[in-house]
Amino acid sequence: MSTAEQWTVDSVRAALGAKKVSARELTTEYYARIEKQNPELNAFLALCPERAYAQAERIDGKIARGEPLPPLAGVPMAIKDVISTRGVTTTCGSRILENYIPPYDAWAVECLERAGAVLLGKTNCDEFAMGSSNENSAYGPVRNPVARDRVPGGSSGGSAAAVAAGLAVAALGTDTGGSIRQPGALCGVPGMMPTYGRVSRYGLIAFASSLDRIGPLATSVRDAAAVLGVIAGRDPNDSTAAAVSVPDYLAGLQQPVKGLRIGIPKEYFAEGMDPAVRQKVEAGVELLKCLGCQPVELRMPHTDYAIATYYVIATAEASSNLARYDGVRYGLRIAGSTLLEMYKKTRGRGFGSEVKRRIMLGTYALSAGYYDAYYLKAQRVRTLIARDFGEAFGHVDAIITPTSPVPAFRLGERTAEPLQMYLADIYTVTGSLAGVPGISVPCGKTPAGLPVGLQILGPRFGEASVLQIAQAFEEAGGYTI
Amino acid sequence: MKITREDVLHVAELAHLELTESEVETYRRQLDSILTYVEKLNELDTVQVEPMAQVLASADPAENISLREDVPRVCEVTREVLSGAPDPSPPYFRVPKVIER
Repeated sequence: MSTAEQWTVDSVRAALGAKKVSARELTTEYYARIEKQNPELNAFLALCPERAYAQAERIDGKIARGEPLPPLAGVPMAIKDVISTRGVTTTCGSRILENYIPPYDAWAVECLERAGAVLLGKTNCDEFAMGSSNENSAYGPVRNPVARDRVPGGSSGGSAAAVAAGLAVAALGTDTGGSIRQPGALCGVPGMMPTYGRVSRYGLIAFASSLDRIGPLATSVRDAAAVLGVIAGRDPNDSTAAAVSVPDYLAGLQQPVKGLRIGIPKEYFAEGMDPAVRQKVEAGVELLKCLGCQPVELRMPHTDYAIATYYVIATAEASSNLARYDGVRYGLRIAGSTLLEMYKKTRGRGFGSEVKRRIMLGTYALSAGYYDAYYLKAQRVRTLIARDFGEAFGHVDAIITPTSPVPAFRLGERTAEPLQMYLADIYTVTGSLAGVPGISVPCGKTPAGLPVGLQILGPRFGEASVLQIAQAFEEAGGYTI
Repeated sequence: MKITREDVLHVAELAHLELTESEVETYRRQLDSILTYVEKLNELDTVQVEPMAQVLASADPAENISLREDVPRVCEVTREVLSGAPDPSPPYFRVPKVIER
């Protein structure tokens, strides 16, 4: 059996084809790694070895019979715990769903298994994907594998940490305001948010339905592209999954980037960025210029309003989506003498403090007398932010920004003031509101050894060019810049 | 912005959340600070701007919502669904009595 520390989709395929390793052995290797590292990292909340080994046997059977292998054959993967998996607990990082076992698989999960992936288990996350540090999980925070006294970012912190620590070759995360890209940046792995509508949300437990997206985290752009290609496309179960054809992302990776116009928005390089992050991201932009990309200075004047807009819209949608957790049909129930008392006690004790804060904020923004002033206002400003992007993509092929203004911070360091935590989402919420795709790729480390992320945003359904630039950046040594 | 204790209690009632005494004060202070920040949206004149409820509205019809045919399908999941309920009484979910006499 190979002792390769870091497997990739391609190396798994090659090793399986050459019979150097079996899918079963690979699965065993990953479970051994998880058993060793997870007690400290807390990246996985649940493992599903029966399901994983059954899938591995199917792949090994195909190999024995000489059948063609599907695109992700034998690739050990992890799934964020807000994505439904039939027969495997799906808690959303919340007490209120502590024992919840979905009766069906999410579309993306079905796609992965059909493509041969071996699903190892479910990864930790901020409760209902609400958070930027993974400290809002009811099951304890995840530790950043790069610096174990620090957060992995959030909300897909478990997925990012699992990939960065080599406990999975790739993982699914979800991104509502930065929840794939920011933990990718903080853990030093690529993380991609596809266009809204590119990947079906069927089976994704809803936080903010007009913003939620499923996407991959992996150790290379190529692997992220391979996973995206498998999960993208139309799904009759989600009317927002667009009927736009899915290009061959892997085939497009080697297209030259010379001559592509990259927009550098002034507003994203203003004050408030950690100097060590700035230095790396500016070096990243220089590298792209050396590769022949043409820089174009941009103005995106509504950027400064994105956090306020996002936190009104996302919490309003959340307050509505999370109304379903009432102790009647699934999850936790705290007894009460009346139905209403049962609802209130169940929700009061079942939800953690960040989730309750957001439900309160969203309920307020939607309540009589405040709807126009907050929710409607935010929806109007969202139009302005989306227009900034529309105009920018009239001049450029991609937009380059930092992913996060700060590198991974210490556990507990930023939990006191929620608004301060929200403000750090500034570079990611804009693309979320506009519905465009974006990837965060590693862009060197700070002098303290903490990973920095470079964000590449593209026009709607422009994943191919985003991945192409990311691939060129990776090949040119951008990860260790 | 001035969020009062009464505002917090009213919103908690609307949201069906039982809060502890210390949560009431914490949320009052935090909501006040967040909503004060949100007021910066008023710097923008949006009278002529359409609200955006979702991002799919596009000039390209292929990008717009694609609805499937409405065909009934068999969906026999009652047992599986009820097995996860806190107090099932097949084929129902049982809850505290709602109707008072």
